[in-house]
Amino acid sequence: MPRHSKKHIRFRLNGEETEVAFAPHKTLLEVLREDLNLTGTKHGCELGECGTCAVLVDGRSILSCLMLGLEAENREIKTIEGMADGAQLHPLQQTFADLGAAQCGYCSPGFLLVAEELLHKSPNPTRAEIQEALSGNLCRCTGYIKIYEAVELAAAIIRGEQPV
Amino acid sequence: MMRLPKFEYFTPQTIAEAVKIMGEAGPVGQFVAGGTDLYPNMKRRQQMPKTVISVMRLAELHQITGDGTSGLRIGASVILTDVCDHPIINRDYPVVAKAARTISTPLLRNMGTIGGNLLLDTRCNYYDQNYEWRKGINFCLKKDGDVCWVAPGSSKCWAVQSSDLVPVMVAIGAKLRFVSTLGERVIDAAGLYNDDGIDYLHKRPDELLVDIQLPPTNGWRASYQKLRRRGAFDFPVLGVAAWLAIDNTDVKDARIVLGGIAPSPLEIKEAANALIGKPFSDDQIHAAAEAAYVRARPLDNTDFVYQWRKKMARQYTLHALRDLQT
Amino acid sequence: MPKDFKIIGKPFRKVDARAKCVGQTKFADDIVLPRMLFCKLLRSHLPHALIKNVDVSEALALPGVFAVVTGKDFPIPYGILPVSQDEHALCVDKVRFIGDPVAAVAAIDEDVAFDAMNLIEVEYEPLTTVSSIDEAVLIDEPRIHDYGDSGNIHKKVSLEFGNVDDGFAEADLVREDVFFYEGNTHLPLEQHAAVAHFDSDGKITLWSSTQTPHYVHRALAKVLGLPASHIRVIATPNGGGFGGKSDPFNHEVVVCKLAMMTGRPVKVTLTREEVFYCHRGRHPVLMKVKTGVKNDGAITAMHFQSYLDGGAYGSYGVASTFYTGALQTVTYDVPRYKFQGLRAFTNKAPCGPKRGHGTPQPRYALEVHLDKIAEQLRLDPVDIRRNHLVAANTVTANYLRIGSMGLGACIDKVVEGSRWKERFSWDQVNRKLPYGKGIGIACSSYICGAGLPIYWNNMPQSGVQLRLDRQGGVCVMCGSTDIGQGSDSILAYIVAEVLGIDPFDIRVVTADTDLTPVDLGSYSSRVTLMTGNAAIQAAERARELLVMAVAEKLGVPIENLSLAERRVFDVENPEIGVSFAEAVVLAESKFGTIGTVGSYSPPRSPGKYKGSGVGPSPAYSYSAAVAEVDVNPETGIVVVERVWIAHDIGRSINPVLVIGQVEGSVYMGLGEILMEEMAYRENRNVVHKFPSLLEYKSPTTMEMCDVETYLIEDPDPNGPFGAKEVGQGPLLPVPPAVANAVYNAVGVRIDEVPITPEKVMRALKDKARGRTGRFGPASVPSVDWPAPLRVLTPAEGGDGSEMPHVAVHS
Repeated sequence: MPRHSKKHIRFRLNGEETEVAFAPHKTLLEVLREDLNLTGTKHGCELGECGTCAVLVDGRSILSCLMLGLEAENREIKTIEGMADGAQLHPLQQTFADLGAAQCGYCSPGFLLVAEELLHKSPNPTRAEIQEALSGNLCRCTGYIKIYEAVELAAAIIRGEQPV
Repeated sequence: MMRLPKFEYFTPQTIAEAVKIMGEAGPVGQFVAGGTDLYPNMKRRQQMPKTVISVMRLAELHQITGDGTSGLRIGASVILTDVCDHPIINRDYPVVAKAARTISTPLLRNMGTIGGNLLLDTRCNYYDQNYEWRKGINFCLKKDGDVCWVAPGSSKCWAVQSSDLVPVMVAIGAKLRFVSTLGERVIDAAGLYNDDGIDYLHKRPDELLVDIQLPPTNGWRASYQKLRRRGAFDFPVLGVAAWLAIDNTDVKDARIVLGGIAPSPLEIKEAANALIGKPFSDDQIHAAAEAAYVRARPLDNTDFVYQWRKKMARQYTLHALRDLQT
Repeated sequence: MPKDFKIIGKPFRKVDARAKCVGQTKFADDIVLPRMLFCKLLRSHLPHALIKNVDVSEALALPGVFAVVTGKDFPIPYGILPVSQDEHALCVDKVRFIGDPVAAVAAIDEDVAFDAMNLIEVEYEPLTTVSSIDEAVLIDEPRIHDYGDSGNIHKKVSLEFGNVDDGFAEADLVREDVFFYEGNTHLPLEQHAAVAHFDSDGKITLWSSTQTPHYVHRALAKVLGLPASHIRVIATPNGGGFGGKSDPFNHEVVVCKLAMMTGRPVKVTLTREEVFYCHRGRHPVLMKVKTGVKNDGAITAMHFQSYLDGGAYGSYGVASTFYTGALQTVTYDVPRYKFQGLRAFTNKAPCGPKRGHGTPQPRYALEVHLDKIAEQLRLDPVDIRRNHLVAANTVTANYLRIGSMGLGACIDKVVEGSRWKERFSWDQVNRKLPYGKGIGIACSSYICGAGLPIYWNNMPQSGVQLRLDRQGGVCVMCGSTDIGQGSDSILAYIVAEVLGIDPFDIRVVTADTDLTPVDLGSYSSRVTLMTGNAAIQAAERARELLVMAVAEKLGVPIENLSLAERRVFDVENPEIGVSFAEAVVLAESKFGTIGTVGSYSPPRSPGKYKGSGVGPSPAYSYSAAVAEVDVNPETGIVVVERVWIAHDIGRSINPVLVIGQVEGSVYMGLGEILMEEMAYRENRNVVHKFPSLLEYKSPTTMEMCDVETYLIEDPDPNGPFGAKEVGQGPLLPVPPAVANAVYNAVGVRIDEVPITPEKVMRALKDKARGRTGRFGPASVPSVDWPAPLRVLTPAEGGDGSEMPHVAVHS
């Protein structure tokens, strides 16, 4: 006798059609990590108080710990695993790695996806705009400064002003 | 990990369907919009609805119609980020966009809704805690206990109204429309809130908030000042919404509403009286700020020391009013 | 030492950086094993109580539950320090704080584990609680622990170097101040997690987010009833540590036991609230400092007292107590020094090591106290420091050997950067900066690794093994743990430099007690210095084998051979050479399989007195910071606008990583001075006021100011390539620099951390009423201190031992 029956949904995950079945009271965070084995999305509190679990849903950054897995149906979800283009890292991933914006790296997936959303909306953001866009992501290691620098360099690369 | 308890989830496509499911669910039913208030509470076992009904697929609740001339109608399920970015809201009702921009973080604003923010659960350091923690203090009046720990002698719950948009809506005279299986009603925003941390809304649980009607902007301006420890995440531990109707140089009408300081938004009539019928000048502004200070009675159940928060009622009312001096 | 490094000093990315940026890095909670069970711990909801009965029958009966354990299953105590083995994986006879674990469940998933946990019935008999240092001093019974100094006092320390009364007698000014530094916590974003696997040979593997796998290994060997050789501890990459993952923890022992009982892997992941209960964070410390100075600011004597609120268990607390008294002498010359320290047990989450471990609190006290002295003497705060620095290559009054000492250069840099001389004045009436704007300076120092290990032994503190592959790859093995600071990369950079290859040719294997030689762990800023030196030794031994084989093959003298760019070649005729891989083939042909080791033990400390084990270090880093603040006198809100910080790093192995540590340390210092507090409601059952990421305030991007970083490179002979630490030191000067800046801005002294708006307002009100304009503790508790251990200072001809006690005959 099953404790609860699983619900089955279809959605686009990192550009691919995906199906998954899971206990219906699970959040998207739990479904990604536990039912889809994508452990790149992290958790710091599961209450929406740190931004660590950020993923993109239809291009918009949200807190996967507060979104039901069921709500992913027919949506387009992007996690850190889908940020690179095949073997080619996204410029943000390159600059975060090169500039020391990832120390312990635990908050990095969340920051990277929110930064990607920012650069999509605002290709030449000011420092203040970057700070504001990232104000919902906590980091305890870097003091944020190298994160801003990585975002600014990636923005310049994407605009074609800097070599990759 | 903190996880949700088990529940049944419904995603109705029409208002009629939504209120019907809610009617059938009875006391174990609850509406949910973005989930940013309900789901943390469920994970901490503060709220345990067995039937959760999403209002996010109700097309009518996503509309924004009108403008500052005729009045603006905002559907309750409009995402907060869209409120912050909407060109007409920014042009005609900048105080609403500005206040919305102070809510929590960009991530949360991408999920939360204006309706959800207006119906936000009241908050308290003794209540917004995990189940085990609350067990350690024998629970509290608001949930599973008999005593309000912040005011043990009181028979009332002192959980705090913690929304940024609530004092703004009350101050500018917004109206709220509710629909249920028993019909529809429209009330002033001020009429929704009750000065009790437990029964903080004059609304039946089965009533669905459908939209918010903002009045035409002719002849008034408003501002909002928020006090919180950090520039993101934090709820207001004091919010001052100031609304003035000015005729040439004299103040025709005024409303000063404090949020984050009591179980309901606190309208300071004495502050308004200090302004109405007089020129909008520094003396009047100081008198209004003083009146706000006198009426503000915060308790020790939020961030910061409550005596200091009371003093800030004066400072932040001053700021909110100075913002309206052109 | 070659001056033109190929790797050292260059901004290479970390060897694990990309993996972290693509979500590939496996943290502990990312580990999934087949048929894995999930564990939840039931914790006490009472702060102090006897356990009368634990009834697990209903929990065991719940479908999906595989095992339930209680204190009875864990009779053997453990603890990080040999002198305070006072913890049981699950409480046996009593609970000592809200959050103390009493039972645990292994179930098919976390939902069932949670339900089962809530079915466990525990009968408690509440005991009187001790919730503060004052109460601990007054309340002797009930004792929280049945060991310690007496009653609820865990430890008392009393040391005197030279005769301070003589020093006070020759001073022109003697000043006494009292300070309080509230407790705060590490708040790593990754919650603690661990997975245990018990295999069919009866051997257990534990993956855990820990900074100290070797110490966890020792604890498990003590309590599990398995030989240590059958226990393997693997530290997964830490998602932030800062000292909060340096103790062996209840949940680590429990999952091992549950795995042994069920025969299935068991995972535990703590909730954020549980992380607050693990704590092991900064001790709240009340301090009194009395200093005698000459009119030019030279210190003649100092008497420092500290009172630590230790929480419910020992943890590193005895060491913390000594640390609150050890480093006062390493920045400015202190010829005579007396230290008294006390640690109390209280019914709160246990305190331990957090970034700076016991030294940020006294540094705060010292730097604000010195500022007040400077004002009294009408000296510039820069000058009172700059003119009395401890000299390099000297031994302090308390027998700490200083090597390189770059604090003077640090001070000069921040003075220049902040335009201090133009903008600072004591004059609050004819101000240089507008009222509300202020600047303040502070200096500090930190150890580069504790001179002694946690448990007494004569073995190296760090070991490195190299394996050279005949196709040119190199494997570096070391027990060190990367907690985000880049320790894995440091190993790769150093070995790559010595062997002339690329860091990405190297496979770094770390933190696995079965595979890697012991390194004591990522604490006390020991890793770069100790593993770095061990790595240099191992690499140079490998280099020696390579050059011997190549010299023979090429007919070139050994001293002519250089290793760079994946080649081994003749410096005079660079085209004559072989590839690195060819060199390995030659060496392996000549010597057999190539594998070298290196190890490091810190030099012996000159101190021999009881208590001299805490404080000594192979080297000391130095930092100076100037903070510029804006204080709103109508609200008391303090905004830190900018920090200039100079850090004496010795040598930057990688400047990007170094600057990252400086910026991160400044960030954490700002959090502590402005908003972080481990606060408890004493009158509400001593609950933690807000164990959540929302209510425990940690700075967001909106609070972080610009930081101007200067690196001073004066290589230390004891550091690898001269490198010193940077992971902790730069935090220390930030809180006092901000406090001093607040005084400069609005003329009030907040002698308490954090500096919050209501404290500023109260001090301003006090000042407006014509009083001192100070907010802070009034006094320290009255305590019976034991007679101090007396030690003659080096200047007095002492040899580092304590003087024999002379019985006093009345």
